[in-house]
Amino acid sequence: MPALPRRPRLEILAERAIEALIRLCGVSSVLFVFGIFFFVFREGSQFLFHGFSFREFFFSQEWYPTSQSHVRYGALALIAGTVSVTLLSMLLAVPFGLGTAVFISEFCGPRAKETLKITVELLAAIPSVVWGFVGLTVMNKVIIQLFHTPIGLNVLNGGVILALMSVPIIVSIGEDALKAVPDSYREAAIALGVTRWQMIHRVLIPAARNGLLAAVLLGVGRAVGETMAVLMATGHAVKIPTSLLDSVRTLTATIAAELGEAAVHSNHYQVLFIIGILLFTITFAINLAADLIVRGVRRG
Amino acid sequence: MMERFISQRYRAAAIGERRRRQSRRIFTAGLVAVALLGAACTRSKGPNKTVIQDTGSDTMVNLAQAWAEEYANVDSTVSVEVSGGGSGTGIAALSSGTVDIANCSRRFEPEEIAQAKKNTGKAPREFMVGFDALAIYVNKNNPLDEITIDQLAGIYAEGGKLTKWSQLGVKPPDGQDEIICVGRQSNSGTYFYFREAILGKGRDFKLGSRDMQGSKDVVELVANTPSAIGYSGMGYNTPAVKQLRVSKGAGQPSYAPGVESTLNHTYPIARPLFMYTLGEPTGAVKKYLDWVNSEAGQKIVLQSGYVPLPKTGI
Repeated sequence: MPALPRRPRLEILAERAIEALIRLCGVSSVLFVFGIFFFVFREGSQFLFHGFSFREFFFSQEWYPTSQSHVRYGALALIAGTVSVTLLSMLLAVPFGLGTAVFISEFCGPRAKETLKITVELLAAIPSVVWGFVGLTVMNKVIIQLFHTPIGLNVLNGGVILALMSVPIIVSIGEDALKAVPDSYREAAIALGVTRWQMIHRVLIPAARNGLLAAVLLGVGRAVGETMAVLMATGHAVKIPTSLLDSVRTLTATIAAELGEAAVHSNHYQVLFIIGILLFTITFAINLAADLIVRGVRRG
Repeated sequence: MMERFISQRYRAAAIGERRRRQSRRIFTAGLVAVALLGAACTRSKGPNKTVIQDTGSDTMVNLAQAWAEEYANVDSTVSVEVSGGGSGTGIAALSSGTVDIANCSRRFEPEEIAQAKKNTGKAPREFMVGFDALAIYVNKNNPLDEITIDQLAGIYAEGGKLTKWSQLGVKPPDGQDEIICVGRQSNSGTYFYFREAILGKGRDFKLGSRDMQGSKDVVELVANTPSAIGYSGMGYNTPAVKQLRVSKGAGQPSYAPGVESTLNHTYPIARPLFMYTLGEPTGAVKKYLDWVNSEAGQKIVLQSGYVPLPKTGI
């Protein structure tokens, strides 16, 4: 019996090495997340436990980090700014994004599909500072003229820009989720004589629910975390908005604008890191909630 | 159907092979490029090229850039690298020892001097390099021509009562009566100077002003917004905005920002511009600062739209 050709030792070693490398990559993502959380927390922790007023931070809108007479760190207006811009952008982006995903995946022909996908991906490739620039120069004038308002840098401007930025993410992940639904589902539905709309509404969307939820959440994450574009488009004014046409300032933009100046380990610097912890907690809560919802749906 | 599938697979494989070959070629080209770049770098950053790092004030960034470019013709062995970010950024960078020169549109605060001493063991040394008349900008269609310090405080200060153009006695520009305040981010020297000179020591800004990241952004926003008012360096003037004449109080004469009104102290909100070094400067940095204060350097101050030091010296 002829002996099987043995694999060269080098090849075996190489394979082991690659395996270890891939394992490291997998573990590293967990390590990075904890590492980031640890460092952000460490930078802000000293002030967080000594002298930091939670009441002022969450219930006062007076943000005076560099005042010479009376320093105040009230972040209520900043939180309101982030929430309002994110909410508006999601109201715009979720229907458009999911609608586009359904259209690309179910309705259009192969050629239109390719064109649309490429265009949407192109939209995702535009750097955020360019979006901010569009907000600052183009949208500002358009909003002033359309609504006859004194200034176009406001919640509406930031929300629309953020929606444009999160739509591509929602579309491409949503489309993947719909594509992952086996064709047998579609065939079975059609065999039962349902219309196309019924098939999408009753079969595909429930089947792809987890993926679609993930798409929406990544969109929300993008909107909450986006910095440069909202810094330029929202007007950067510390103010609790009472209408869509009010200027606001977000948590992220505040960190970006002020971290460079704040002396390392000063109270101001630490408060900016506490804002970072808050942002981290918000996204963590969103993800956790979604996870629980999905699990609940599965069990039910 | 099946056939098409197979042919697609085959084509994909062929493309893959071509790509692999291409990528190998690209890799080789990349290696060559890196090698060349490395050689180029060592040549240009030879031992006789000195780099001066100069960062800080956004008001001064264009001026500092103009100096740096001109200085390349004066002394080709020195290259000055300029960046902005705000006076606070320059101060932070100088006191952590990462730059040679900090540009400032305000003086160091006592705590900042102490911080720099603590970090580096050296005290910041101040050089006055010119003046800026802090200009108040409105849109070019705004009927307002002059404003008093008190009115500015009423518009910008915490608790200030002025929120409408009609309160200033002018017809609302473009039908918008609300005054849109445009300001600067809180690490800006201009922000600090305005707070001290207009609002008074210890007073804070009214919340809700649009805080821009740069001197130029302020002027640009005012240019695009009919009912806005903003403050920025006099060198950022454009045809789309109007600089207001400023007076010390109601009934007193008002002056437009300019070289003469700054030097004879009639323009009420003019301020010196500074460059700071750590300790007494030596070598290339000292030569550069001497040149900045020379006649050639001061000519550039005027060309950039600012006010040069008076010839008699300070």
